Amino acid sequence: MSTIQRDMSLTGQPPKALNSVQKIATVIGLAGLAIITLAGFNVDFPNKTLWLTISLLAITFGIILFARGAYQGQIEGIKNHGVWFKSISNRGFWGWVAGIALTGFYIILYFFAEYLGLNSDGENTGIIALFDPLSRLLSGNPASQWFVYGTLYTIAIFAFGIKFIWKYRHNRYEKIRTVSVMFFQTAFAFLIPEFMARLNSDSFNLPYYDLKNIWPLNYYNFEQYRVDSFISSGEVGLAFLIFGIVSIFVITPILTYKYGKRWYCSWVCGCGGLAETAGDPFRHLSDKSMNAWKIERWVIHSVLVFVVVMTTAVISTYLGYDPNKYWLTKDVFLIGVGVFLTVLFAAIWYFKREELEKDARYGAIGYLVIIIALLGLHFSGQGNVFIFEAESLRKSYGFLIGAVFSGVIGTGFYPIFGSRVWCRFGCPMAAILGLQQRLFSKFRITTNGGQCISCGNCSTYCEMGIDVRAYAQKGENIVRASCVGCGICSAVCPRGVLKLENGPMEGRIEGNDVLLGNDVDLMSLVNNK
Amino acid sequence: MEHIVIIGNGISGVSAARHIRKLSDKKITIISAETDHFFSRTALMYIYMGHMKYEHTKPYEDYFWSKNRIELKRAYVSKINSGNKELHFADGGTMNYDKLIIATGSKPNKFGWPGQDLDGVQGLYSFQDLEQLEKNAPNKEVCKRAVIVGGGLIGIELAEMLHTRNIPVTFLVRESSFWHGVLPIGESEMINRHIKNHHIDLRLSSNLKEILPDENGRARAVIIQETGEELACDLVGLTAGVSPNIDFLKDSGIELGRGVKVNRFLETNVNDIYAIGDCAEQHEPIGNRRPIEAVWYTGRMMGETVAQTICGNRIEYKPGHWFNSAKFFDIEYQTYGWVFAQPRENETHFHWKHEDDTKCITINTEISTGKFLGINTFGIRMRHEVFDRWLTEERSTEYVVEHLVEANFDPEFYKKFESQIKAAFHQQTVNA
Repeated sequence: MSTIQRDMSLTGQPPKALNSVQKIATVIGLAGLAIITLAGFNVDFPNKTLWLTISLLAITFGIILFARGAYQGQIEGIKNHGVWFKSISNRGFWGWVAGIALTGFYIILYFFAEYLGLNSDGENTGIIALFDPLSRLLSGNPASQWFVYGTLYTIAIFAFGIKFIWKYRHNRYEKIRTVSVMFFQTAFAFLIPEFMARLNSDSFNLPYYDLKNIWPLNYYNFEQYRVDSFISSGEVGLAFLIFGIVSIFVITPILTYKYGKRWYCSWVCGCGGLAETAGDPFRHLSDKSMNAWKIERWVIHSVLVFVVVMTTAVISTYLGYDPNKYWLTKDVFLIGVGVFLTVLFAAIWYFKREELEKDARYGAIGYLVIIIALLGLHFSGQGNVFIFEAESLRKSYGFLIGAVFSGVIGTGFYPIFGSRVWCRFGCPMAAILGLQQRLFSKFRITTNGGQCISCGNCSTYCEMGIDVRAYAQKGENIVRASCVGCGICSAVCPRGVLKLENGPMEGRIEGNDVLLGNDVDLMSLVNNK
Repeated sequence: MEHIVIIGNGISGVSAARHIRKLSDKKITIISAETDHFFSRTALMYIYMGHMKYEHTKPYEDYFWSKNRIELKRAYVSKINSGNKELHFADGGTMNYDKLIIATGSKPNKFGWPGQDLDGVQGLYSFQDLEQLEKNAPNKEVCKRAVIVGGGLIGIELAEMLHTRNIPVTFLVRESSFWHGVLPIGESEMINRHIKNHHIDLRLSSNLKEILPDENGRARAVIIQETGEELACDLVGLTAGVSPNIDFLKDSGIELGRGVKVNRFLETNVNDIYAIGDCAEQHEPIGNRRPIEAVWYTGRMMGETVAQTICGNRIEYKPGHWFNSAKFFDIEYQTYGWVFAQPRENETHFHWKHEDDTKCITINTEISTGKFLGINTFGIRMRHEVFDRWLTEERSTEYVVEHLVEANFDPEFYKKFESQIKAAFHQQTVNA
């Protein structure tokens, strides 16, 4: 509307304006960040423990105070007031500033860690040195850039998690789910691996292992150095290795069958955890167009194929040829992968062919042919598995997908593309869970008869860019591969139309397919397809 | 090829167009003076509140219309010449039709109040009303106080909207309690308290006497009938209901009452002209329904029905069990079947309210048979499908209360209140 102020200031009129509590909170939080930034410019803080404590507390407290300013004294309920007016959340000036700052941080983190103070030989300096006291406290070792990142990441999920809970305090599903992601991040991703590092010695050397970080999201889990250290660490190490395999092949399918992919993506996963908490103010920026959906399907499944090829190639490089030394030889492994993929493909084709769209069929056939052909080339005497050298595959995956896609684009661009770009377009774990959710799961979002008024709140606030309304207004259930089950569509619906449910497989997709309230005879005519 | 022309691109007209396309290959044109594309009228409030932008309220992407060969024309129809089946546009130009569907919706009621046409006085129905509101009440500096006249669904939405911009609101309600013409007193009073909790200055049993102008012809104050009090304000929202938007049909030969008179087939007295949605008026009310139903859902159902008739399968408009929904600030409301403000003859109400004063239900029962007639539910979501089935099966209220948990539609992990409700119901039955 023309009369709305388009200025870049943080003031302006309600609901755009920040109140005084929020302004104070912003100053406190930014002051905490400023300490870290100053350390980055090699300002030498005399008492690092003290300054790090001040900094981290200021950031945490600033975020929590900001939430208090936003929600304290408000009657509980959906209060997305001014979301599209505020420049931070409508791709305005502050949105771009935040996006560029975050992106810059990720580029430095992944590619120029020396600017954070990482020294390959000698003491840390700068930001990383500032975090040394905390790292020594937890694991006994000096900090690394990943420790700095992990600490800030955990604080973000924790503090913005409190904000999220405050915002949705009327909604028990959201509260419980958020406590869950806060717990898994703090315990599994942050504290437990640090404590595990304390147990390491010359004879016992577990790799850094976030147990909830499952392959293929954790694309390096089966690389040689990790498998070697698992095996060298005796029964405990072996148990971890087996847990890693069981996670993806047993636990994941069972839980996804019962609850949909949400058990992982919006209850456990760290990427999801950040998106649901720190990313929540940007969830509405996801692209809802049909085109975006088409691109999503091709890109995410291509990443999945990439990670399967890459992992197969990497594992095969360290497997030997002699079956007497170890039963799992290179050939057994490669044939096994080929057989597994073919059987999986055949099963989907046989049981679920009717449910596959045309492009899904083309994609599935195309990729299967490619993988089998690459395997075949190996046995026809080609030296490298899959033509490409495993190491260069691994490196390019790590660079393109692991760093650029999931970090720089996925998180750095929160304020521009929304909070789930990585989860939607890139994450191979989400791709696997999504395939299963679409084809073999009890989860769906149920539409409540004919109550939809097509208002669009559900679609707007879907972080995965699902046009929820398109289904709801037809009275159809929503069964989409990408749905992470965050529950916000149901929360923002003003008419109580949507409900996340686990129910019988039968009739799951079509739902009622009847817009109730109408004449029964007419409905049979309308639905006569 | 037969040319179907639809005037109005709201839910009724668009439903008709979509279903005609599903059933046939006819040429379809939708005419609207309001917007280029269909949007959800019920979502207008969220644009002002900053929850959504206009583009998000469009249920179909813009390519949808050409893909489905539905032509869109932006124009205002000023006159219909049914003799030669011709429409005249306000900016000149004409269009011929073979069959015409009138789906022009409503306009806000004005009851002849002095000053009702001043600047700064407006209703809230159309996209243009929303643009007007952005001019009249962009923020609390320009609009130091707003007065809303009319305690119904649009009035409370307008109050919620203005509240998000911290604009002080005085809310004049004619009835002794909010929407008490429709809601039973227990529910209505709960909503009164909820409105006041949002710091809205709610004035019950209060009518507007007149709106006073300033020297520039803008509203500067209102006078309240009962007290004579003069209230300074910069915006007067007229939300005392809506009536059919049919002024352009006056001399068309189409029979008009309050709305366009239609039979059960949604046909007007003129051949090949139909009317649906808010602007249509049934000759005889259908069951307990009003002859004019200005509701999203009934508009959609009439659109679906008229599409069948136009495509050669002439059928009556036969709505099923009544249902509706709304949201009052933070409290959601759903209704299934019939619950009237006062129990009618041979009817009795069971009312349960949660102690937190944001959740309650009212069940209407036929006294002689114990039959379940309908339910109002506030703050607890319930399943449409289940109540539709129970109404068809003519279940007793006893049965409904006993099985209420089957109808629960609240999100997972929500607290359930069915056992409380059951206990209260049995308590009441024992006492009675």
